[in-house]
Amino acid sequence: MRKYLQPIGCVINILNHMRRDIFQAIADPTRRAIIALIAMQAMTPNAIADNFNTTRQSVSKHLRILTECELVKQEQQGREIYYSLQIEKMKEVDAWLNQFRKIWEIRYNQLDDLLLTMKKQKR
Amino acid sequence: MKNDLLFDFTFDKPAKKAFIDREFDAELPLVWDAFTKQEILDQWWAPKPWSSKTKVMNFEVGGRRFYAMVSPEGMECWSVQQYRSITPKTNFKFLNAFADENENPELPGSDWDLTFSEQNGRTKVSVTIYNESLERMEKMIEMGFKEGFSMTLKSLEELLESLSGK
Repeated sequence: MRKYLQPIGCVINILNHMRRDIFQAIADPTRRAIIALIAMQAMTPNAIADNFNTTRQSVSKHLRILTECELVKQEQQGREIYYSLQIEKMKEVDAWLNQFRKIWEIRYNQLDDLLLTMKKQKR
Repeated sequence: MKNDLLFDFTFDKPAKKAFIDREFDAELPLVWDAFTKQEILDQWWAPKPWSSKTKVMNFEVGGRRFYAMVSPEGMECWSVQQYRSITPKTNFKFLNAFADENENPELPGSDWDLTFSEQNGRTKVSVTIYNESLERMEKMIEMGFKEGFSMTLKSLEELLESLSGK
């Protein structure tokens, strides 16, 4: 059996692994509820947390995942951060370009961590 | 800390070129090593959960790197990079081509040009990729995406429907 993929298959497979995150985001019931809440209006993390019986830490963890999946966006207003939904983003025709960007972003973030480790080892 | 590091990603579609500029909070020799030594490259090149596995690497003009990106399911995507020019700690260029596991390249490949510069203890890496078949690739990825995205959007639609029905 062939174990290697055709070039296009590789690219799509890598991108699919990243997009799986979006499915993960939607799969979780708390995150679905958060999406529903902020679909109506932008909200602060505290206001969102008031709607749940979980800890604030747990709500911020969910918000972080949603942000990483680019499903929500953060906006600073005065001293507060507001979260709002960003469905349009996924409808962009050029979305695939952003995914390419994402590959490089992840790759380079990994390099950041590695460089830090290497710098520490040198000392 | 990472937030103020430059990251620029642009496409020039008519020229079939991609430009990726990035700053790293490290001195140039270290960053150069990270791009040119296989044991370091393999630790960061593949976006997780993929991993990078270099089979052959001779970093010299005319030399090559033959490596695979391996998916969590064990799928392998092989590529071969042929080094065309090397100016130590400044620039190197290679021809990149996808390949099978026996190192048969699929041409045409893409031309990569990487330039390194240091300022105030930070290193900037500028990558230029010229891809003859960019249009073809764009078309095919777009097709793959439309399918995937419509699935994602469908989940979202269902979600929003169930919410408004409450």
